[in-house]
Order: sequence, then structure tokens, then C-alpha cells
Amino acid sequence: MITKPDIIKPENLVYKRTDLMVDTTLSYCPGCGHGTVHRIIMEILEEMDIQQETIGISPVGCSVLAYDFLNIDMLGAAHGRAPAIATAVKRLMPHKFVFTYQGDGDLAAIGTAETIHACNRGENITIIFINNGIYGMTGGQMAPTTLPGMKSSTSPYGRDVQTMGNPLKITELVAQLPGTCYVTRQSVHTPVNVRRTKKAIRKAFDLQKQNKGLSFVEVVSNCNSGWKMTPVKANKWMEENMFPFYPLGDIKLPQE
Amino acid sequence: MKELRLMKGNEAVAEAAIRAGCDGYFGYPITPQSEVLEYLMAEKPEERTGMIVLQAESELASINMVYGGAGIGKKVMTSSSSPGISLMQEGISYMAGAELPGLIVNVVRGGPGLGTIQPSQADYFQSTKGGGHGDYHCIVLAPASVQEMSDHVKLGFDLAFKYRTPVIIQSDGAIGQMMEKVELFESIPRWTDDEIVKMSPWAATGKPPERNHLRITSLNLVPELEEELNIRLQEKYRRIEAGEVRYEEISCDDAEYLFVAYGLSSRICQKAIQLGREKGLKLGLLRPITLYPFPSEILWKLSDRVKGILCIEMSAGQMVEDVRLAVKDKIRVEHYGRFGGIIPSPEEVLKVMMNKIIGGK
Repeated sequence: MITKPDIIKPENLVYKRTDLMVDTTLSYCPGCGHGTVHRIIMEILEEMDIQQETIGISPVGCSVLAYDFLNIDMLGAAHGRAPAIATAVKRLMPHKFVFTYQGDGDLAAIGTAETIHACNRGENITIIFINNGIYGMTGGQMAPTTLPGMKSSTSPYGRDVQTMGNPLKITELVAQLPGTCYVTRQSVHTPVNVRRTKKAIRKAFDLQKQNKGLSFVEVVSNCNSGWKMTPVKANKWMEENMFPFYPLGDIKLPQE
Repeated sequence: MKELRLMKGNEAVAEAAIRAGCDGYFGYPITPQSEVLEYLMAEKPEERTGMIVLQAESELASINMVYGGAGIGKKVMTSSSSPGISLMQEGISYMAGAELPGLIVNVVRGGPGLGTIQPSQADYFQSTKGGGHGDYHCIVLAPASVQEMSDHVKLGFDLAFKYRTPVIIQSDGAIGQMMEKVELFESIPRWTDDEIVKMSPWAATGKPPERNHLRITSLNLVPELEEELNIRLQEKYRRIEAGEVRYEEISCDDAEYLFVAYGLSSRICQKAIQLGREKGLKLGLLRPITLYPFPSEILWKLSDRVKGILCIEMSAGQMVEDVRLAVKDKIRVEHYGRFGGIIPSPEEVLKVMMNKIIGGK
């Protein structure tokens, strides 16, 4: 007969919440992917034992308060400017690990110049880009990555590309630039995808350690509040609509 | 051993930055200040002191790089001219809100809009009254010579870190471009990372086990906390106003009539005083060196003794408002200025002094 004390032993531990996540309630909606990506990054920092060596840059958007949840030193950026801030931090402290955490409006609309130029200069940083095709925090407006025909509060009849422009595949765009060494697109809506994303972000941090240049990890995510769906339905909608337009997988691999 | 050199104002800023132990310069070309970035690139400060120099993709990126460097406790700066400084207002407001030190050099040109590339002083309101959104001030230094272009870099960094606030050096296209003799100060070593951790415990240098994680931000979603921050900022500005006013009195002892002018205009007024005194007119000059905090107290005192004040600015009259606030209605205060890059002559301002103030009713 196995008793409870027999089971609760360090050697039997299969999963533990990382101490690098601050013990507090996240501000994200139930079902949102942000919390999962936060946890993955912190697990990686814990595994690499680089909490003290890491400086994160948080954006403006739903994850504006990321610095309250991630137990590392962080700088909150003005909207879209995280890659410029990360550039300076990394250049002034090249031995630190520096990453930005940005949403689609932040990275692909207002911060497009900062994103492209940091990528093109090949700054030795990691950009983590959460793409849910909508402005979540301000209440579900059209984003640079909103799909054609997709409804939002500022495209209530669906995105009309004739008048509202096309969604921007910025990840494919930055993959063209010589400064990026690793560009990939992942998701966190199933356990297997969570593991793939974790592998990708770990790879990005490993490449930064090797001074290989800029790694860019897009995570296609959901926004059940903004999309006005249940979490389960939002994930299904994401698979059926987002993934065909934003296909998952590696776009650019580091050269050996 | 004094080191004397003949330099442009912009070059003096760049050399002073290296000597002041600056860790990073981030900038974007714009006339009439491009020599700052050019001098730094040619000088290879990374080899001299380890200082980083980066040409950014815009002034927006430049000021946010300054925000990033300041957030980790480094001595960082940028420079630009008026249209570029307008673009930087977002970042300067965020730096004021997050209480970050940093140095911004504005080699002012005529505006509004793209304006002209010639010297102007029309950015006084923007520099001294906030510039970006929210209730804040930057400390504003106004060099009147190439010597002060150099000295104010060192002073600016000292003040920025003393008060954890952005500091602006407000120069103009003439001071930036003209060559004068400058005595360079001795180099100060850059701070080590350990020194930064000790001196600036607020800096986000990476979380060690013994302290909580740090957040550099200007965001407070709770209004009571945002009010608390604003009260703290206002207390800081009162301390700055009490302790950091700088000015120069020229021929003020027996002056009956006073010029108030800063930067290039103060140089013109000095010549006008000389011309006026040759005619027997007792003229003096109060030159604000800090535009914020403004030397109001000395102006209040001087207004007991002088009969009238003429403000000379290369603008439509911006500083004159602060002069009027300082002396209230005690004596006559008038403004004279030229715009769009036109520099008034000493004869011109003397004539205005004689007609508008001495002979004016």
C-alpha cells in the first residue's frame, strides 16, 4: 500500500510551478495564451539558471503588466519601442540575456520601424511576438494582423482589404533580413504545441548565448474576449482561420 | 594640465560626452547638430573608454534607446535639433514618469515644422514647460559658448543622476556650429557595473537573489498611486527650483536697464551693453544658465533696482512670460525677437532698448 508521504518526495516530482513566476493572479482572460507563454519563458530561464542575467522588455498591450508576473528585472516600453530599448540594454550590457515580449499591434503596427531595424541590425536579442490578430487591451480593435474579412470593433463588417489594407506577415518579412538568425512561428493551444514553443524559445535563448544575432519567435494565439468566443471555440477558430494564413513552423533556421 | 582646443560647439558636446564617462550615445542625423554623431563615430570612443555609439533609425528609436540605457543605470544621451526633439517628446515624458536620468541635447533651429536649419530659440516653451504629455519638467541648461557646450554635458549628467530626471541642453544652430577656444575637462572613468548597482539601486540590472525584481515603468493603473507619483515628482521639481538655479549677472551692479537673454542672444546683448555704455546708458544683462529652474528670485530682486527689462530671444517671445511672472507688474518688461533663423544685431537690440524701454511709456 503506497501512502501519501511515499509519493510526495523530491525524486517523484514531475511538474512544479516555476518560482520565476510571481505568485499572483494574472490579469489575462481565462483561456488566453499569454499566461502559458509567460510560464514557458520563466521555465527556460530557470533551467538555464539565468534569472539574474536576464532583462526583459514589456510592451503596451494586454501584456503591459508582464513585469508584475515575471520575477526578473524588466523595463516597460512605450508602445512599439521595445526593440529600441532592448537594443540599448544589450549593447550596454552584452553579457545579459535580453528579450522583448510584444503583441501584434505593438510590434507590427506602431513599432514596425523599431522591429525591422533591430532585426536588420542583427541585435543579439530575442523577440517574442504574440499574434492574436486583434488589439485586446483596448477592447478588440482591428490589428495589423487581423485576417481579411475578420470582424473587430473597428472593422465591424469584417476587414475589407480594399479600404483597410492587408494583414502584415511581419514574421516572413523579418526572416528576409540578414540580421535575423532564427525565425519561427508556433502556438500554445495544445500540450504538444506548448512543448514545441518551449523548444523554440529555448533555442532562441541558446542562440543569444552564442551571439548569433536576433531570434524571432512568433506565437499565434487566441483572444476569446476580443474574438467574442469561448476559449474552446476560439482555439478551434484559430486552427481553422489563423493557421492557414499564419502557418506554424520554422521560417528561418540558424546557419551552422 | 589644461587642454585647450579650437572646436565647434557640437564637437565639444561629443568630446565632453566621452570625457564625462558617458556609456552610450544614440542619435539620428539632423542639421545643424550632425557633427555630434560624426565626431563620435570618427573618434571611436569604444576604443577610448568603452562608450557605445549607435546611429538609430529615428529620433523615436534614439530616445527609447536612451530610456533603455537609463533604465539599467547607464550614463546615456542623445542629441538632435528641433524637429527631431519634437519626435522625442514621447520618450522624454516616459523618462520623466519612470524617473530616469538622461541627457538630451537640442541644437535648436527655426520652426515650426521643418522650418529652417538656421539658429533659433523658439523651443523654449517645449523644453521648459514639459514638452510631452503629463505634468513634468526637464532641467534645462542653456550654454552661451562652446566652453559651456562642453561643461554642460558633465553638469547635465550630474544633475540627471542627482534628481533621476531627464536633462536638456538647449543650444542653437549658431552655438553648435561656431568654433571657439574650449578648455576640456579631465576624463572621468565610466562607472563599472558594480558601481552602478551600488549607486543606482533602482536600476534594472538583473535580479539577484537578495532583492525583489525591479520594474522600470511610468504606468500606474491605480489613480491613487499615479497621484502619489505626481506628488513625488512635484516635490522633486520644488527641490530643483530651490537648489539648482544658475545665472550670470553682467554689468548688473549699476544697471538702470536690463537685458534678459540666454544662449546666443546673451552674447549679442553683451555687445549691445558695450555700445550702450559708450553712449552713457547704464545697461546690464541677466543671463539665465538654467532655463528650468528659471532664475525668478534674482529677477525679482533686480527689479527693485532697474527701471525696465528687455528680453531678447530668437523667438516670438517665450521666456518673456517667465520674466513677467518673476517681476510681476513692478517694472516694464518688453520682448524683442527675430525668427526663422535671423539673428538680431547688437545695434538692433540697443535701438529697441532705447526706443521701447528707456524712451518708452
